[in-house]
Amino acid sequence: MPIEIPKDKWTGSIRAVTIGATSAEGGTRTKTVTVGGQTTMPYLQYEAMPSGDEAPNKPVIAIEIKSRKPEDWSPLLADVWGEAMADPAQWAKKAEEAGADLLVLALTVEDTPEDAVRIVKSVLSATGLPLIVWGPGQAEKDNELLVPVSEATNGEKIVLGICEDKNYRTIVATAMANGHLVQARAPMDVNLSKQLNILVSDMGIPKDRILMDPTTGALGYGIEYGYSVMERLRLAALQGDAMTQLPMIVTPGFEAWKTKEAKVGEGVPEAWGDWKARAINWETLTAMSLVESGADIVVLRHPESVKRVKDAIEELVTV
Amino acid sequence: MALSGIQIYKMLPQTNCKECGFPTCLAFAMKLAAKQVELGVCPYVSEESKKQLAESSAPPIRLVTLKAGSEIKAGNEVCMFRHEKTFYNKPGLFIRVKASDPDLAAKVAKAEAYKVNYVGMDFSIDGFAVEADGDLTAAVKAVRDVTKRPLILIANDVTHLDSSLSLLAGESALIYAADAQRSDYEPLADLAKKHKAALVVRADSLDALAELTQKVQAKGVEDIVLDPAAATLGASLTRHTQLRKLALKNVRSLGYPIIAFPCDAKDEGIAAAQAIAKYAGFVVLSEFKPELLYPLLVLRENIYTDPQKPIQVQPGIYEINSPKPESPVLVTTNFSITYFAVANEVEGSGLPAWLVVTDAEGMSVLTAWAAGKFDAERIAKAIKGFNVADKISRKRIVLPGHVAVLSGEVEEELPGWEIRVGPREAVDLPAFMKQVLN
Ligand code: B12
Ligand code: SF4
Repeated sequence: MPIEIPKDKWTGSIRAVTIGATSAEGGTRTKTVTVGGQTTMPYLQYEAMPSGDEAPNKPVIAIEIKSRKPEDWSPLLADVWGEAMADPAQWAKKAEEAGADLLVLALTVEDTPEDAVRIVKSVLSATGLPLIVWGPGQAEKDNELLVPVSEATNGEKIVLGICEDKNYRTIVATAMANGHLVQARAPMDVNLSKQLNILVSDMGIPKDRILMDPTTGALGYGIEYGYSVMERLRLAALQGDAMTQLPMIVTPGFEAWKTKEAKVGEGVPEAWGDWKARAINWETLTAMSLVESGADIVVLRHPESVKRVKDAIEELVTV
Repeated sequence: MALSGIQIYKMLPQTNCKECGFPTCLAFAMKLAAKQVELGVCPYVSEESKKQLAESSAPPIRLVTLKAGSEIKAGNEVCMFRHEKTFYNKPGLFIRVKASDPDLAAKVAKAEAYKVNYVGMDFSIDGFAVEADGDLTAAVKAVRDVTKRPLILIANDVTHLDSSLSLLAGESALIYAADAQRSDYEPLADLAKKHKAALVVRADSLDALAELTQKVQAKGVEDIVLDPAAATLGASLTRHTQLRKLALKNVRSLGYPIIAFPCDAKDEGIAAAQAIAKYAGFVVLSEFKPELLYPLLVLRENIYTDPQKPIQVQPGIYEINSPKPESPVLVTTNFSITYFAVANEVEGSGLPAWLVVTDAEGMSVLTAWAAGKFDAERIAKAIKGFNVADKISRKRIVLPGHVAVLSGEVEEELPGWEIRVGPREAVDLPAFMKQVLN
């Protein structure tokens, strides 16, 4: 007797969100990136509704670069990016060569608003990739830098981040005024994510201009929470909860490269094995676990992880 | 289907004889329905009822145990997503070795000796998969000289399997595999029965898998493991998910643990990570590589921790490197990961310290702070409750850098104490202790 394969019948779907604008669309990007559109749990395309025949958008990889040479990054990252780390435009080019679908440019507290605008523009002219710009992560400074950046890049459809419950109004307002998107981050909690999405969209920004960042942890440092929160957010979205139907962006690169396992090569247990291979495994396995629990954009740091995750995504969509 | 207490009650003698230790048969039935007592406790259940109850209480995924000097269990899972309940039996990680390999014994010995510590827990590999590309019996002998861990035998020559399994008397090994593309399932099933081994059933469609499993079941084999033979990450995710779903719907022909072979995948690490998160019970790796094994063991621990209970350590005062009265007092929370991040750093530095672990309900420093479980009051309570002052000569505590904002309040709660703010990350603690604390 043939086995009847049970299918969950979902009523909801993830909203498709496009980042970046080409010259025809009022920007200068040579390509745009569209994520979202899923109607099933990750990669279970056999459950797609008949109308959802076309495959959803694949997850994409952003490479994280910084406006100034980071002093606290693992030496392994300094080894691969070399000189480019001191020049965001050059770094952006190298990241594009390394296979990035889009870029994250993280500004720092040392940047002035003029620096920020200049650096963002230099990155935009160095590559044709869509861009995400993060403030340094301090509310006042974020607003001080992101507003002029947003104005100077009107129409480019960049993503501005990171909106949190304490600080989202200014960022959302400037994104709306200049045709950009926002990244909304809540601390690993389904209800907090929903709540923040409501606050952000209540300001009037269209829902296809919001990326949801549920916050994640690295392997060994809290990934289990992030993993399950993402599964629950995706389940809620498919069950029809409009406030969770947004593509998810997560930062496994940032989380993995802050762990001792990735940062430190000497004086660690022999059982941890070869430093470089272990560090890259740390980032890659963190990222892939999140991709399989629903991530649409993973932000990575090491080119080798980028390559492995990219190949794996291709393989995931081939059944 | 699980039966309710009332349904079970109807199958009991209903004499209320109390021999089971419960006042009535109904009380016993309720406990049985809640799986808090074994059926065997009642001596008077009829054979007919026993059979019915056994069937209804069988878990949707059969528990398969591979046993030798140690054992590894797979199966007995009850949900699709870990947040619904939890995942119970961590998939066994096996290292594949070849019978023809001249370095076989040395390779096995190296993997056998592997031990790694993650937040206070020691992890190792679970067993070996021996591939019969040479003399299997000789290989099994050689392997058994170096390890007592459970074995998977990858072979289809019945004679060689028979003599190899004879060497493993008293163990439960796993035979790989009865394959839907071959017609030799019968001798393999007989062999599994004879040697009390488990048998893998392999097929690349679920229909064929179910069909062959039923044939093997009919031969009397109870411990079966499924290999859905998926060639890509997409296929394995799909098939493993379908298998778990079908098993949870009580499709008995597919209610068995799954075996995965990341060793044959394009990217072994990624395939193994997927197998761990997505429903495999046994995972076969190509070779012993600590730089991959360690992250996989950590991932497995993370995915299989109970989402309701963060791993915690006992609150209290911990002595690191034999502290003296003048040694510094460090304060942290009782989330395991936090405790070990700090304890390992200090221990590794060789510097003595008292580590006061507060009861923060198992949360990390910032999480606990945000949730109000790590505040001045709790810190003061810990310092007083654990009688820290009696052990030391200098009343001084060091707070985690992330909660620098607490220092004023802690000062108020602990008059007469000097409050210092340490670095944000534990990695920087040794340097801080050497340079700043004196
Ligand atoms: C996993 C996690 C959770 C898990 C809980 C995990 C747990 N058992 O604690 C869950 C999902 C349950 C959770 C919940 C919440 N979380 Co939370 N969570 C995290 C996350 C992702 C990782 C935390 C972690 O495990 N870190 C690893 C451990 C080892 O770090 P640690 O304890 O700080 O220890 C390090 C240092 O502090 C130092 N250290 C430790 N002790 C000592 C001692 C001394 C003397 C020194 C010098 C150093 C030192 O060494 C360690 C290694 O360097 C962080 C964000 C992030 N990526 O960091 C957010 C985060 C901590 N959470 C946050 C929040 C707000 C919450 C919630 C309040 C949200 C909510 N309302 O639901 C809840 C609170 C819980 C509740 N109400 O029940 C915020 C805190 C914001 C802030 N700065 O105030 C964070 C920072 C996220 C964010 N960016 O917003 N969270
Ligand atoms: S031992 Fe059996 S018959 Fe006696 S009270 Fe218990 S359940 Fe009823």
